[in-house]
Amino acid sequence: MPKKYDTPLLDELEKGPFPSFVTEIKKAAATNDMAADELGVLEKCYRDNRTHWKHGGIVGVRGYGGGVIGRYSDVPEEFPNVAHFHTVRINSTSGLYYTSEALRTVCDIWDKYGSGLTNFHGSTGDLVLLGTKTDVLEPIFAEFSSRGWDLGGSGSALRTPSCCLGASRCEWSNIDTMEINYAITQEFQDEMHRPAFPYKFKFKTVGCAVDCNAAIARADCSVIGTWKGKIAVDQAAVKEYEKKGMNIKAEIVDLCPTGCISYDGKEFKINDEDCSRCMHCIAKMTKALKATGEKGATILIGSKAPFVVGATLSWVIIPFIKMEPPYTEFFDVIRKMWEWWDEHGKNRERIGELIIRRGMREFLEFIGVPPVPQQVKEPRRDPFWFWTEEDLAK
Amino acid sequence: MALPQRKTDIGPPHYKQFLPPVIQKNYGDWKYHEIINPGAMVHVANGGDKIWTVRVASPRLLSTVTIREIADIAEKYCGGHLRFTTRNNVEFLVSDEKNLEPLQKELKAKGYMLGGIGPRISNIVHTQGWIHCHSAATDASGLVKVIMDDLADYFTTKETPNKVRLAVACCTNMCGAVHCSDIAVVAIHRKIPVIDHANIKNLCEVPSTIACCPTGAISPDPSKKSIKINADKCMYCGNCFSVCPALPIADPKDDGVAIVVGGKVGSLRSMPKFSKLAIPYIRNNPPRWPEVTAAVRKILEAYIAGANKHERVGEWVDRIGWEKFFKITGFPFTFQHIDDFTIARETFRTSPAFKW
Repeated sequence: MPKKYDTPLLDELEKGPFPSFVTEIKKAAATNDMAADELGVLEKCYRDNRTHWKHGGIVGVRGYGGGVIGRYSDVPEEFPNVAHFHTVRINSTSGLYYTSEALRTVCDIWDKYGSGLTNFHGSTGDLVLLGTKTDVLEPIFAEFSSRGWDLGGSGSALRTPSCCLGASRCEWSNIDTMEINYAITQEFQDEMHRPAFPYKFKFKTVGCAVDCNAAIARADCSVIGTWKGKIAVDQAAVKEYEKKGMNIKAEIVDLCPTGCISYDGKEFKINDEDCSRCMHCIAKMTKALKATGEKGATILIGSKAPFVVGATLSWVIIPFIKMEPPYTEFFDVIRKMWEWWDEHGKNRERIGELIIRRGMREFLEFIGVPPVPQQVKEPRRDPFWFWTEEDLAK
Repeated sequence: MALPQRKTDIGPPHYKQFLPPVIQKNYGDWKYHEIINPGAMVHVANGGDKIWTVRVASPRLLSTVTIREIADIAEKYCGGHLRFTTRNNVEFLVSDEKNLEPLQKELKAKGYMLGGIGPRISNIVHTQGWIHCHSAATDASGLVKVIMDDLADYFTTKETPNKVRLAVACCTNMCGAVHCSDIAVVAIHRKIPVIDHANIKNLCEVPSTIACCPTGAISPDPSKKSIKINADKCMYCGNCFSVCPALPIADPKDDGVAIVVGGKVGSLRSMPKFSKLAIPYIRNNPPRWPEVTAAVRKILEAYIAGANKHERVGEWVDRIGWEKFFKITGFPFTFQHIDDFTIARETFRTSPAFKW
């Protein structure tokens, strides 16, 4: 029987309507020594008002440089079953779809070797197995990989790519996000499992500008589906929305950021040439409006959380690219970007930070993308810029 | 028992094997969707096929006991098909309409919280916290629990002017897009790291430790074979602790959380936005952080009272002005609110047109 700890502080977090993570730990702790000690050490964190986890050491599986995050307790004598408590990142599937059978396979392996605690999912999108010991890492990997599951990314490597569910269950998706995500993951297995980059690199792929996977805010490379063409209007369906109480003028026409919509009570008109494809009207009147024409993606680079010099949002590098198998043009340009980053990036410098440090010109020239107004909100406002010998000769 | 033969670099399983037949059949061919209730929606294909989705909240941290229960429920009503959302909700995928009501009934009976679809609060994106992280300045799961308990009605029933995306990050490393959320809690330190001189040379690489500081506050201390920190320059970001374990920065007394508001990631109507500082510090007060839940509720209620339909929090504040945001909420405006980091000049008001 696992040890039972008094947890008066954590017990307070079993009250209330929202499902309780404490209850989850207790469920696992009923039969699992590691989960029991996790509960004990967490109560101590709450009591001491501080974490009791230490920096990770380097642990992993043979032939891989990532996928396992080493984690050790700073109070191992008190909680010996979580003295090591490493995280295993399992590469999740595109769209985070599962079957009951697949989930039970994960549970069977994890109950055998780990704490019985998981995260569905980590922020990057991995299926996170929370807490195990060094000597069972190889068995865990053998059990998962023999059943078709591989490890995700960690450290200065390609991190597990993720996507919105795209065309699988959404009428707005302009690209096949799940297949693109799978293709990226398969194409760059080596970059994911053997860290060789200056720092981490994340891909996130979404089907439209609604961005249900926060690609623009948290991916070094944000692939965002878009189109070149008209928004098809079903006038009868527009009237249906109006009949059901939508104020078309106030809710749609007036909120269009480019003022390209008009509605006179009879005809809903879009001046497509002025549309910036923001998705507001389509999202609010999904039965009536549909993007048509050529489909593809905008490639944006550079977003990341605040470390080190402040958070960034990704910015446009390639305004439009077709995203169809085998994605040769896309993979080629990504490899060029990495080549430049490998050459110039400092330790722990993200690619976006490097572009800011060395300038967009050098980056764009290296990857072979011309300057276009779609890449900036506005042209520069200072009078200081470079002229190369080549520019002068023009 | 012998272990099975390991394989390397196989990548994840192909997603297709996990898709319900109706999704496989109508992949890329969906016409529209409708929200049936806050916890259920239906997607309709061009050919008329339908798939129903029932969404329930999850604390993200799940035991295998609960995962097996979820698997059993999916098997009973969904042919075993389910998925998770990027905000940690569970979605049961129903192909047969007659299973829709019984599924919702069983989920409610088992105590699951149904909701999160449409213009309301969805689940909170969050980080690892005291559960498992060395750099956590607060516990993320605990904050999520108490905030969602307080705002549960906005997940299960009540509407907001547009969707409201909440996030919790347990340090400024922000593993999870907190910097672009409608309302987010981010844990902060307020004191410089304590230098463990005896261990610097064993645990840390001095040049990379110096180089990692965004404000140039770290310099060598050759006499001690260690480093020094300029207290006037340090902004307590904790990046140096990530690089060098001998620079612990956690402080049980002075760590706490800040609240930031007005971010979004979608491009609908207005450009994606960063979240901005509303409250620079609330002391950690586990296990239920009442000051934090009160502040989040205050922002949410001010937004609901003031925003037009379809306005996100950031769009509402942009329209009324930040000076009015502070007036409405009553939050004190302090020196901490005025940027003095890398993009300060972009944030100064360069016009005499503002509200009293």
